[in-house]
Amino acid sequence: MTGTLYRLTAHELCDAYKSGKTTPSQAVSSCLDRINAVDSKLKAFVDVWKDYAVDQAQASDDRWAKGAPKGPLDGVPIGLKDVLCTKQGFTTCCSKILRGYRSPFDATVVERLLNAGAIPVGKLNMDEFAMGSSTENSSVQVTRNPWNLRCVPGGSSGGSAAAVAADECAITLGSDTGGSIRQPAACCGCVGLKPTYGRVSRYGLVAFASSLDQIGPFTKDAHDMALVMNVISGRDPHDATSADVPVPDYTKALRADVSDLTVGLPKEYFTDALGQEMREKIEAAVKVFEKSGAKVIEVSLPHTDYAVAVYYIVCTAEASANLARFDGVRYGYRAPNAVSVEDMYHRSKSEGYGPEVQRRIMLGTYVLSSGYYDAYYLKAQKARALIRRDFTNAFQKCDVILTPTAPTPAFEIGAKTADPLEMYLSDIYTISVNLAGIPGLSIPCGLTASKLPAGLQILGKPFGEETLLRAAYTYEQKRGFTLGQPPIS
Amino acid sequence: MAKITKEDVEYVAGLAQLSLDEAARERLVGEMSNILSYMDKLNELDTSGIEPMMHVLDISNVYRDDVVGPSLDRETALMNAPKSDGEYFLVPRILDQE
Repeated sequence: MTGTLYRLTAHELCDAYKSGKTTPSQAVSSCLDRINAVDSKLKAFVDVWKDYAVDQAQASDDRWAKGAPKGPLDGVPIGLKDVLCTKQGFTTCCSKILRGYRSPFDATVVERLLNAGAIPVGKLNMDEFAMGSSTENSSVQVTRNPWNLRCVPGGSSGGSAAAVAADECAITLGSDTGGSIRQPAACCGCVGLKPTYGRVSRYGLVAFASSLDQIGPFTKDAHDMALVMNVISGRDPHDATSADVPVPDYTKALRADVSDLTVGLPKEYFTDALGQEMREKIEAAVKVFEKSGAKVIEVSLPHTDYAVAVYYIVCTAEASANLARFDGVRYGYRAPNAVSVEDMYHRSKSEGYGPEVQRRIMLGTYVLSSGYYDAYYLKAQKARALIRRDFTNAFQKCDVILTPTAPTPAFEIGAKTADPLEMYLSDIYTISVNLAGIPGLSIPCGLTASKLPAGLQILGKPFGEETLLRAAYTYEQKRGFTLGQPPIS
Repeated sequence: MAKITKEDVEYVAGLAQLSLDEAARERLVGEMSNILSYMDKLNELDTSGIEPMMHVLDISNVYRDDVVGPSLDRETALMNAPKSDGEYFLVPRILDQE
């Protein structure tokens, strides 16, 4: 059984641990073998913690043997996006400016997963500081899509998505500022959730755009998603923006029943920008909901067309402020031979940041600068209020909204690197969700003719993760197909 | 038409503490002009009377009890420093030597 243990979900692994069919050590070693076999092609991991994972797995073996596991994720191999602070290994955001950085603390989500017995096997590749939609902006390596090695895995959490899709570990964590969990989940064919803003503590998540960033999981199915959300959700005194809203038992939402739900389809999302093949996949998915008894209606999100402009003003402005802290004084890269403190700041940043990060710092500084603040930043914040209001109005008529996650399947490596604006537009269906602060989940809804996954995005009301999970679980049970395994081996 | 000039790029780079070479400045004039022109789309939108949305959550102040909690010891705090003397972070000289 050790041979293909790496294919199992977290809940299947724990059932097997419980019945004594296998052990965490066997599962972890199966995943490490899998990483060894495929990651030289896939390049999802930037650091693999082999010895650490093996040690942790032995401790978990003992707990299961005594019948006293720490919880339903004890002994489950997981991976962490390199934007999450970990005492183990390095935390670099795949940026030269943080190369070699060792965090003195664990992010709250990491601490909670460790307390639940989950076993991190390493850190995962990403666009530098989570800025990108293809993982091509990593200063370390370009991750490949396990369904087609010529294609990108999406981004910025491309490593996290590729690792789950290629069965390198059961669960990974990523972060989502404008679609960085949902878009790669769609591109790679796994389930990805961006929780409501404030649902999950951001403590120990290296900040990109603080009013938009959220941590969330990648899993192989809705069941595992519920298990991870049970562990990572909830108020954290270390993050003042983590919401004091009770955390339900998300596994109770795993019921195949949507007959009481009204599903909204936003007409602004089904325009010519959406490829014909993707449209057909989404329409087929909507039919599954309809056949399962859900009521389907059209809704309107009239300010959709402004979302990308608003987003790239707000996120670059916040990024320019957040990234000011990397100045070469207390940690990170310091340029050698600087003649003054000022010179040290300038040289360290210019040599330490890659081109996309510099571009966003420049844009953000510009839109916040004197004379342009009102025209760009303030205007964007007003437009952001209108975008949120669109969702509030739509959710008065429906319980969930279904949309495509991305306008196209994964594109080829290099296809969009020449034009930053074109790359930004690959996030048109995911960005509004972060601006409004609501939860969004992407779930595979089929393979295109070119054998690339398509993603269905399910959006919900603030703190409506239970409804999202119920809709995702129902769809999974009723869709009548599985994606199967990606061809990488 | 370029929306911003090379001088604008130089000025903003100074604010952002970035030193750009000539090629990067040229490139950014084009890219930033292009992206900022796209953002001008927002001018179509009537936002009069709309309150700017500063944050997602309707929380204002979050208080905690004023008690001392655990914090990093000096050795840990300095462990990632590019340069330190074991007590302080060291940086290049700030004042000119007289």
